[in-house]
Amino acid sequence: MNLVLVLEQLLNGLQFGVMLFLMAAGLTLVFGIMNLVNLAHGSLYMVGAYLAAAAYQWTGSFVLSVPLALAGTLAVGIVVELVALRSLYERDHLDQVLATFGLILFFNELIAIIWGRAAIYAALPGWLSGQVELLGVVRYPVYRALVILVGLAVAVALWIVVAHTRFGMLVRAGASNRTMVAALGVNIRLLYTVVFGFGAALAGLAGLMAGPIYAVQPGMGEGILIQVFVVIVIGGIGSIRGALAGALIVGMVDTLGRAFLKPMLATVFSPTAADSAGPALASMLIYMLMAAVLAVRPEGLFPARTG
Amino acid sequence: MGARARTVVLIAGLALLAAVPPVAALTGQPFYLDLFRRIMIFAIAASSLNLILGYGGMISFGHAAYLGIGAYAVGILAHYGIYNGFLQWGLAIGAAALVALAIGAVSIRTSGVYFIMITLAFTQMLYYLGISIEEYGGDDGMRLAARSRFPGLVDLGDATAFYYLVFAILCLCLLLVHRLVNSRFGMVIQAAKSNEARTLAIGLSPYPYKLAAFVIAGAMCGVAGALLVNHTAYLTPEFMHWTRSGEILFTVTLGGMATTAGPLLGAAAFLLLEDLLSGWTVHWQIILGPFLVLVVLFARRGLAGLLRGGGRDG
Repeated sequence: MNLVLVLEQLLNGLQFGVMLFLMAAGLTLVFGIMNLVNLAHGSLYMVGAYLAAAAYQWTGSFVLSVPLALAGTLAVGIVVELVALRSLYERDHLDQVLATFGLILFFNELIAIIWGRAAIYAALPGWLSGQVELLGVVRYPVYRALVILVGLAVAVALWIVVAHTRFGMLVRAGASNRTMVAALGVNIRLLYTVVFGFGAALAGLAGLMAGPIYAVQPGMGEGILIQVFVVIVIGGIGSIRGALAGALIVGMVDTLGRAFLKPMLATVFSPTAADSAGPALASMLIYMLMAAVLAVRPEGLFPARTG
Repeated sequence: MGARARTVVLIAGLALLAAVPPVAALTGQPFYLDLFRRIMIFAIAASSLNLILGYGGMISFGHAAYLGIGAYAVGILAHYGIYNGFLQWGLAIGAAALVALAIGAVSIRTSGVYFIMITLAFTQMLYYLGISIEEYGGDDGMRLAARSRFPGLVDLGDATAFYYLVFAILCLCLLLVHRLVNSRFGMVIQAAKSNEARTLAIGLSPYPYKLAAFVIAGAMCGVAGALLVNHTAYLTPEFMHWTRSGEILFTVTLGGMATTAGPLLGAAAFLLLEDLLSGWTVHWQIILGPFLVLVVLFARRGLAGLLRGGGRDG
């Protein structure tokens, strides 16, 4: 295997990693602050992808479709929070899992009714469909490079918001002691709604960026949701830092495993054995990684808080 | 009072199930034989989850894994021309127990939301494994060339005989769970659910007990998988799809957790509802989804909870 191929796959891993991070950040914030397990987070990702595709078709402008899709996903998230999830914060995890599972069924079917069950094509404008020369050696799709840049920028912005603003201070305070924050006179219900909407918008952003790369179809959010769970378990629940580390690790391991495990196995075993075992092993890699991390650090790599 | 009402319902329900084949034959509706056999198979799966969820408090979002393992054990042996039922079902039980042991050993060390995510993630891993193995049909799955054979004992090709075999296994599983939870072993499991620290304090380490319960539940669900693949005569990785895990979880909750009759009531209610809604519109899940949310919000004690005498919450 040559250097160019390795570099290209490393970039793909980074691109997948930042996508996972956008999802994981919202999910882990919602869990850390509201103690809510939200399976429907993947549905918001799907909603973001569909709204972006529809808005692009409607307005004819990719640049315009992005804020429209973000605003739409934010609105859907806030409605879901107000109608269904708000009454679940005090419930146990089983109730939350079941109710948000119900929401997934609802959203998948709603999307299927509006846009049909078949995958729809999310187009890219001409100026984003080319390739760009990176580091002088790799020709890399412009769009994927843009996804990496946006993802990293959001990670930095998120860090600034959480670490250096008043809102971020409330978020951190809420994560470490909710009752105390409420007792100090903070409107905790408003804070919850804002945090949830924020997480929804991040999921929508991940979804709208995923649209032109992966298939846009009902149920598209669940595959990534479960991978995001792996990210969160590895990184430590409730921790943004953990989410970033976990997302990059899982993104890299998954992408590199799919690209290089088969050729690597072929050098050790027979090519036919590698042909059948390679893809199977590659798809299991991140889960085995999760098991290994749990065996050593049951709380994840960056536990959010102690006690 | 509440317990007696539930026993009456359970016995009445089983009697009704026993009466399905003659009634279906008389009315010329063999479809119902099929539907209720399916209901009983899912009741077995739900009953096994009830053991660890209802009594043990372990929220496993990966129970479909054992359904799939059981089904694949039968399917893979059949693929190589081995149709002996004892071998097939023995492998189904053994493999499901072994996988449950591996998953349980890692996940029971954690608790709460970690446990949910990890069981879900491992099941997804098995699902992707099923998809990526081309030898056993990959994405499309494979047909079962012939049902499991129990020469001289029972012929699964005979719909009525198969029905009563499933019925007998269901009764056996319900009895087994009932006996287990009322034994010393079951008391430790329930104690660990209500207060893990106190259980430790009286000198019992919950981990081996919980793990044993997890393995028993996995093996029992493996039986349900072996039955299911014989029922449908084909298998796909969809048996292990995470929505299947969610459905089993919902079935237990709908029926009423930690009750013997609950899983049976839940399976009957869920599959009949599915049958009713899907006959009405192809978009039946748009009704099922909100229904599920409403059940969680307003009827969390489930159907068996309706029969409960007031007061004590289990």
